[in-house]
Amino acid sequence: MEKVFMKGNEAIAEAAIRAGCRFFAGYPITPQNEIPEYMSRRMPQPDVRGIYLQGESETASAAMLYGAGATGIRAMTSSSSCGIALMSEVIAWMAGACLPVVICNMARGGPGIGSIQPSQQDYFMATKASGNGGFRMLVFAPSTIQEAVDMMYRAFDLAQKYMNPVYILSDGFTGAMMEPVVLPEMRSEEFLAAERKKNEAWAATGRKGAARSHQIGAGQRPGFPRAPLEQKNKADWEMYESWKVNEVEYENYKIEDAELIITSYGVSARIARSAVDMLRKEGYKVGMIRPIKVHPFPEIAYEQLDYNKLRGILSVEMSIPPLFYYDVEAVVRKRTPIATCLRSGGEIIERSAIIEAAKKLYGDK
Amino acid sequence: MENSILIGGFGGQGVMIFGQLLCYTAAETTDKYVTYFPSYSMEKRGGTANCYVTISDEPIGAPKAEMTDYVVALNSLAMNKFVNNVYSGGTMFINSSVCTEKPDRTDITFVEVPASDVAREIGDSRVTNLCMIGAFIAYTDILPPEKVLATAFKKLGAKHPEFNALNEAAFKRGMEIGKAAKAKK
Amino acid sequence: MEKIYSRPIGLKKSINGYCPGCLHSAAGKLIMSVLEEFDLLERCTQVDGVGCSANNHTSMDVDSIGSPHGRPCAVASAVKRISPETVVYTYQGDGDLASIGLAETMMAANRGDNITVFFINNANYGMTGGQMAPTTLMDMKTSTTPYGRHAQEHGYPMHMCEVLNALTAPSYIARVTCIDAANVRKARAAVKEAFQHQLDGKGFSFVEFVSNCPTNWGLSPIESLKFIKEKMLPEYPLGEFRNR
Repeated sequence: MEKVFMKGNEAIAEAAIRAGCRFFAGYPITPQNEIPEYMSRRMPQPDVRGIYLQGESETASAAMLYGAGATGIRAMTSSSSCGIALMSEVIAWMAGACLPVVICNMARGGPGIGSIQPSQQDYFMATKASGNGGFRMLVFAPSTIQEAVDMMYRAFDLAQKYMNPVYILSDGFTGAMMEPVVLPEMRSEEFLAAERKKNEAWAATGRKGAARSHQIGAGQRPGFPRAPLEQKNKADWEMYESWKVNEVEYENYKIEDAELIITSYGVSARIARSAVDMLRKEGYKVGMIRPIKVHPFPEIAYEQLDYNKLRGILSVEMSIPPLFYYDVEAVVRKRTPIATCLRSGGEIIERSAIIEAAKKLYGDK
Repeated sequence: MENSILIGGFGGQGVMIFGQLLCYTAAETTDKYVTYFPSYSMEKRGGTANCYVTISDEPIGAPKAEMTDYVVALNSLAMNKFVNNVYSGGTMFINSSVCTEKPDRTDITFVEVPASDVAREIGDSRVTNLCMIGAFIAYTDILPPEKVLATAFKKLGAKHPEFNALNEAAFKRGMEIGKAAKAKK
Repeated sequence: MEKIYSRPIGLKKSINGYCPGCLHSAAGKLIMSVLEEFDLLERCTQVDGVGCSANNHTSMDVDSIGSPHGRPCAVASAVKRISPETVVYTYQGDGDLASIGLAETMMAANRGDNITVFFINNANYGMTGGQMAPTTLMDMKTSTTPYGRHAQEHGYPMHMCEVLNALTAPSYIARVTCIDAANVRKARAAVKEAFQHQLDGKGFSFVEFVSNCPTNWGLSPIESLKFIKEKMLPEYPLGEFRNR
């Protein structure tokens, strides 16, 4: 496959289109503007024939996505941090209504308006509480543009499979940078038509002779009669639990003989990986655990460590206070010391800082 | 082998184009790993602009390197801001038409390119960056010059074919300056 | 014998959830009877807001989308653009449409999205216990204006037909009421006209029902109709504001 040199935001948008995304609604916010801009150019083109709609706010854009999800079309929105926060209301509705949509967060500094520079301060918002009511989503955390492209391509299939929103937690760095990528195949019109046809079993686009009228609403599974809410909550929980078995994804990098583990995700992990390489060159036995999905959290990766030979774990993220750290701490349960290496507010984590923190925790060679 | 380059200047001086021409050439004509990371100040026009380019045989961990092998400064603001971002033994390319006072650092090499003057002589200040690229490529040999020039024709000439001749002239003058500086090394 | 009236088949044979004497049920019945007349029951999607209007979600036997509070116009815009063959309408109360969802309402209207919007104006938040709405009348007591609505503190009643009429894109705007047989006939004609605009692809159509809330107004159903006639209609004059 041919490599193309592309900006992260545009590569993500193109990957979504190739995955079959035929509806995009969004609202301008830095640093993800190239996604809606690209979508507005690409959607009307003859090989796509999709719909681009600029909402009057992030809330309205998410509501448009909710409407799109209710028609059974492959649909997405993107925004950044405070914009995603505005969408929270509707994200909860989409989870409540079990709609197969994709949400992409190109995160920036926070809280509030924060900064327009890249950050990882939305970890809790993405993995724990993206809205009211305690729902969960599969949350991908791409480390490179290629990974973001591949995840975006899979996200639509997984949303459809689980009938649940899928969340891409990326950042302004991955969105703004350029890198060569291999783009996936364009999904065929036949495939998309067949998927759409399947969704007609529940889509609310006019009854068309169906035995029952279709109702979409928070608290109701599409295609099923309304059940007591607790029953629906339980069914959702069972699905979330099944993800712990079927959807955990992580990467172990050079951990076999490692005495120190660096753990990180997303763009920080990319920088941490090169720190591991440099430390190895200097003779430090260092490895990395990188969650590829940050929800469900890959507890197993940390459970499999031999804590007797470990000097410690260095948790690296671009968030102060740390957030990802708490998921690591919860699974490590004081079996080894955990140190942090952090930047925040839009500052990019430096490789040299990771190396220094790792050496400090490592002690004598 | 990893080469990291930081290019800085005013918005509008062609800083991003400088970085992108290197990246497109490397991405489209070699098997190397390439990253490009732009960084702007808040102003849409006239603010500072800089970008980081990394071209490497290995996967690239930090696309925004704190320290780089090369810094290209298109104005004195960028020169002073980034002079300490060059590794000891590295090289700083400065647009000597506008950077009159060289910073005080003896452990790096300065390559002075009067790029703005060259561009003015050629007849358009907008080709300043092409002159700098020519000097940079001739001095560093990071990429084959004819491939970089071909990328310029492809990417810049698509919209403005009338600039091809000017770009080529600026690029070649830059190469002569870069070669001369290399000969002195 | 010719049948001249029957229960619209779009209405489920269940209790609709509205209080006795509430004109929500009259508006819903008219919409269902027009959809039936146009043979649209099988090809329409209803988008409900939050509030009393959400009762329709379970009592209307058509495809429906229960939408977040205030967002029906945004939801409906997306559905209509994706599925232009579907007749898409929203059904919203005054809190939903004119307060929390004002931006969504205005912007769908301004884009001229080819949807129909039904707006039930009963001058208060019925579902939550009768709090002040943007449409609450001057001096009217509600559970959050216990001393009455006063201009200095609360501003003035919001006239959605007039506000929307300032925009270029909408194609049909009318205000109706269901307080008596003559008005019900006019209201039905307006609903028909609004759907006709959508079927003709003319863009945004809007029908406001000046309605009642006997429970929260503390009036009997009959008294509430009198209140509409004497108090609401002078503030909210009936008629067709735009038809093109």
